[in-house]
Amino acid sequence: MLRGLLNLTWLEIKIFMREPLGALGTILIPVVVFVILGRLAGRRAAPAGAASSELVRVLPVLASVLIAISAVLSLVTIIAIYRESGILKRLRATPLRPHTILTAHVLVKLLFTTLTLTLLVIAGKRYYPVGVEFPLFHFALALLVSTLSILSMGFVIASIVPTARFAQPAGALVLYPMVALSGLFVPIASFPPVLQTIAQGVPLTYAVSLLNGILSGDPWSAHLRDIAALALVFVVCTGLTAKVFRWE
Amino acid sequence: MPSPDPVIRVSGIRKTYQSTVAVDDVSFDVHQGEIFGLIGPNGAGKTTTMECVEGLRRPDRGSISVLGLDPFRDVYQLQQRIGVQLQQAQLQKRITVWEAVALWASLYNTRTVDGARLLDQLGLTEKRNAWFMTLSGGQKQRLFIALTLINDPEVVFLDELTTGLDPQARRAIWDLVRGIRDRGKTVFLTTHLMEEAERLCDRVAIIERGRIIDIDTPQRLVDRHCAERSVVLVTADASAPAQFGRIRGVTSVTGDDGRYTIAGHGDDFVTDVIQCLSEHQIKVTAFRTELPSLEDVFLKLTGHSIRD
Repeated sequence: MLRGLLNLTWLEIKIFMREPLGALGTILIPVVVFVILGRLAGRRAAPAGAASSELVRVLPVLASVLIAISAVLSLVTIIAIYRESGILKRLRATPLRPHTILTAHVLVKLLFTTLTLTLLVIAGKRYYPVGVEFPLFHFALALLVSTLSILSMGFVIASIVPTARFAQPAGALVLYPMVALSGLFVPIASFPPVLQTIAQGVPLTYAVSLLNGILSGDPWSAHLRDIAALALVFVVCTGLTAKVFRWE
Repeated sequence: MPSPDPVIRVSGIRKTYQSTVAVDDVSFDVHQGEIFGLIGPNGAGKTTTMECVEGLRRPDRGSISVLGLDPFRDVYQLQQRIGVQLQQAQLQKRITVWEAVALWASLYNTRTVDGARLLDQLGLTEKRNAWFMTLSGGQKQRLFIALTLINDPEVVFLDELTTGLDPQARRAIWDLVRGIRDRGKTVFLTTHLMEEAERLCDRVAIIERGRIIDIDTPQRLVDRHCAERSVVLVTADASAPAQFGRIRGVTSVTGDDGRYTIAGHGDDFVTDVIQCLSEHQIKVTAFRTELPSLEDVFLKLTGHSIRD
């Protein structure tokens, strides 16, 4: 059924490119925002010192996590729309396997996420003032692990939202508070004790910890706990999705 | 029937959703090469029954066999050999007609028919590069038929195919469905339009509140349940009503102001009315026979109109 998967994926890419703001919204806007932020931060980095260079340092993690989340939200919405208009059901009445239909959408999102991040890296190289050694391959791998984990949470949301209208807000309501608690902006160590405990239960915390670590040159072995946590989230959420996913 | 083994055999299936019984003890056979219609009002259980037969739902009880396969257990094997048109299922807004046909063609292991020829037969050739969202209702339904037929299926399932179409588009679709049968395929369809069932189906099953009330050819259902037929005529002859009352098989004569409705039983009833007119030299200025339809059968069997 590989042929079916590739055909469907390619078709969904073409269809996505035809959406107004489809390609523009997912690729161009993040790159532009990133470049502007990078230039602002870079310009200030020299005189203002530590505070802004810290921003420069976490910016890759920030950008990747936000792009991954927006990709997941967009996936949740597409699945909800496809379900509401009966497209999922119609595809299911063909020899396509159910998981093939969903995998095609995951591949499309991963592809566009990769494209966006590649452009960010290229833009960053040109405009970014700080000549940090960037462990590109390892960072990309860490991001893939994190994205799959976030994606599995997205699928649980996509499984249970009643209508397409609720999909995006429901997803945002679940995922964005995780960003605040994940230590992306403020180190978890500086949280009050209660929030620290809550943060330990937020899957995104482990993604941010892994990405931060890999970015600053940690070996993978230093982050086994993060990887285990993300893998656990993935397994639990995928299992849950398989149980509760509604096709119509 | 040409083949002794039915293509579809449904035996005593039951399906409930929470506390609602959608389908209860439904049984029927569909034979090779016929157009079989499941007719009934919205919510009667037509789609649930059909989706159980297609393998998309699993009945709580009872058994189904399609082409000798169990539709739920052997669903992937079965899907290669059947074509399914679903009610109210759309396609991606911005997929083109040709992309949809090409995708569907790529999903089947079995031989597929020539997509370009199929589009030509369905009058969609000039729309092949149009987005799905720009098609009219009739064009969308014709595209769905194309997707249903792309794998040259042995059995074709059509769920409420003509709902929402204007009469002209509806008639065009009927011709297409007859064409499918004439190529030797078996067609299983649902409709809540009695006229559609009457004109299109070789046999129909009337379903109401999840139960099948009766199954037969439309004509035999009418003969069985609504044997009465009527003649409506206009005459100035004041002695006419008395003569009408003596016609063999007459059950009622109603009307005034020279316009009468004569109802009665029997195959010869209309002939007898004509004979009565000629014998008594009753001059009529209008004459019309009214034959009962499936609509009347439904009313008689359920006590309400299908539109209620």
